[in-house]
Amino acid sequence: MTDATPGRLGKPPTRRPKDLLYSESFRTALYQVALAAGVVLLGLYLYQNVVENLGRQNIATGFGFLDEVSQFEIGERLIDYSSRDSYGRALLVGLMNTLSVSAAGIVVATVIGFAVGIMRVSTNWLLQRIALTYVEIVRNIPVILQVIFWAAVIRNLPAPRQALDLWGLGFLSNRGLTFLLPAAHPAHVWMLAAFAAGIAAASVAARMARRHREATGRYVDMLWPCIGLILGPPVLVWLGFGAPHELSFPERQGFNFTGGATISPEFVALMAGIALYSSGFIAEIVRAGIQATPRGQVEAARSIALRPRFILRYVVLPQALRVIVPPLTSQYVSLIKNSSIAVVIGYPDLVNIGNTVMNQTGQAVEAIAVMMTVFLAISLVTSLAMNFYNRLVAIKER
Amino acid sequence: MTLAPIEVVRREAVVPVPAYDPDARTPVGVWLKANLFRSVGQSLLTLAVAAVLLRILWFVLDWGVFNAVFYTTDPDVCRAATGACWAVVVEKHRPMLFGLYPYDEHWRLVLMMAIYLATVVLSLWPRCWNLRFLVPLWTGAVLSIGILMFGGVFGLPYVPTSEWGGLPLTMLLFTGTVLIGMPVAVLLALGRRAPLPVARGVSVVFIESLRGVPLITILFVAVNVFPLFLPAGVEVNKLLRITVGIAIFFACYQAEVIRGGLQAIPRGQYEAATSLSLTYWQTTRRIILPQALRISLPAITNHIIAAMKNTSFVIIIGLFDILTATTAVMQDPLWRRFYIEAYLFVAAVYLFFGYALSRYARQVEKWIASGRI
Repeated sequence: MTDATPGRLGKPPTRRPKDLLYSESFRTALYQVALAAGVVLLGLYLYQNVVENLGRQNIATGFGFLDEVSQFEIGERLIDYSSRDSYGRALLVGLMNTLSVSAAGIVVATVIGFAVGIMRVSTNWLLQRIALTYVEIVRNIPVILQVIFWAAVIRNLPAPRQALDLWGLGFLSNRGLTFLLPAAHPAHVWMLAAFAAGIAAASVAARMARRHREATGRYVDMLWPCIGLILGPPVLVWLGFGAPHELSFPERQGFNFTGGATISPEFVALMAGIALYSSGFIAEIVRAGIQATPRGQVEAARSIALRPRFILRYVVLPQALRVIVPPLTSQYVSLIKNSSIAVVIGYPDLVNIGNTVMNQTGQAVEAIAVMMTVFLAISLVTSLAMNFYNRLVAIKER
Repeated sequence: MTLAPIEVVRREAVVPVPAYDPDARTPVGVWLKANLFRSVGQSLLTLAVAAVLLRILWFVLDWGVFNAVFYTTDPDVCRAATGACWAVVVEKHRPMLFGLYPYDEHWRLVLMMAIYLATVVLSLWPRCWNLRFLVPLWTGAVLSIGILMFGGVFGLPYVPTSEWGGLPLTMLLFTGTVLIGMPVAVLLALGRRAPLPVARGVSVVFIESLRGVPLITILFVAVNVFPLFLPAGVEVNKLLRITVGIAIFFACYQAEVIRGGLQAIPRGQYEAATSLSLTYWQTTRRIILPQALRISLPAITNHIIAAMKNTSFVIIIGLFDILTATTAVMQDPLWRRFYIEAYLFVAAVYLFFGYALSRYARQVEKWIASGRI
């Protein structure tokens, strides 16, 4: 891993007791024992203080509170939950909310980030400048301020009666974002399954084509067959079910909407804030990645008459991804961590619910430990997944 | 069969390429063609984008300048106008900039900010970089700022830290973060590269576990858990705890950046220092760190700017920095509908300081490149 500092040279030739003090290895060992002892003693001292303080304040210790009844409601949830459920389940609801807002944020940030990053290297000066201005603004305003700003904007939107009409596709109001959705139909599950099967079939087909090319030297263009393999099965299933095409339109009714799907104002504000903030950083990462491929390589590829698609696929992308992926990983992790800003605008994420639990039970140490452990685990899993992907795209030295 | 001779030499005259002249200015026409009107498609794109841009610019001017109300004490005047209400910033600037600090004592904060800015600007100027100047400067600044903020002497009423707020608080948090965080960061980075495995282990665990959690949880620890660590009867000021919390979080990120700089130092530098029989600390202080910090300066700056933005996280634990103060002011039912103007003002404050920091960092990089420092 790291290169240790080169140590001082060798041991003295003869060993006397006095020499021991001047011996490099002895001193190194001594320092380390002292450091380790210091850390352990500090830990013990702090632990003892905590136990004493908690005992004096009559606060329970341990994680038993996770099974106690929470007695608070959570407005937004992906799994069943009521105030009669346990604290543990409340935290689980929070975790799901953290993950869902982060996942949506990552998608939005990636799409905007890549678009702006490509604009940053555009040959069009105007586009370049616009992208640069965007990046400088969203990167340099604190993310909390952005989230609070969007929350205030949505809170001040008109009520559902006068909601902003999004070209007939949905509404934006102070109740959040409401949009149309295909009406629920059993075909959807099967279409999803067919889609997954299509992806599997396409990857098998692509691998066979590559084997064929490596064995015979003959190139089989798999772009359209693969697109057909992926999109075909879901379409066939859809047709097989008689092509159900009913849509559930949101309609104004009284003070709210019926039909369609609604995303809460807090979710929209939080996601907009953290996604826009990250998109600025992602744009810069993408720009650096694109600029990492020397011009000469693209020109060389063109001069051997490689098709533009192949130049992108085999020359530019492999080198760009190599530069983009590692910093992109840390951007994703930091976006997930930024989702904890939810507590400011009242979105029930893990930290917000953890905070409530902490205030109700008084068990600050355990509640914070739960939050920290979960975030450490999320960071770790994200890093591992991205490292795995990174190993796929990294330089393969043969 | 006779072969026709193949012509290898061109017949037409070579168009002379003008010698490269770095100072030559590109004619406007050439620049426009190359950057905006390269092809028909590009030209159309440029025109379309320019049209949208002009439209937005017109809207912004119309809203923000032509129809805006810049000064009034009556919110109804703003309500009647179609444009922005900058009057909210004028009307509410004191609670926004100074938070909960007693109203009659705000002059102390103005004076404090003047002393603070003067001290920082002087310390950033290379000509002032010697201890004989900096030590008295900072001693004087810390003393006078402390007296101004706390009061309790010279007839100034005492103001507890719980009533501090606004922009001065943001400045103090930021300065505290950097002043405490940078030395910790250097120690952590050195620890991670130390020849002692135990030191390496402690640093790695510390850095990685703190980098894996959100700043908010560290603030929770500083506010809710840290008091439990102390023996009964011992208390540490909440503001100080929070500052140290942000500083340690900052240090963990900065340590990784400095480690990058340390790794870029060639082995030969260590070996040369060893052969001169310099000790570890002499080598580190005189040879390694000056180079490592210079190398990693751009990334260090990024994290320092991030630290400035991160001070805004204190809104979660109820410290009244400029953002919290503004959010609180926006609860006022008379003015709350002009929140966009108020938040734009706060954003402008952050953008200004961030811009100033990054310009200064670029200047330092130029000084380093030219060998001045």
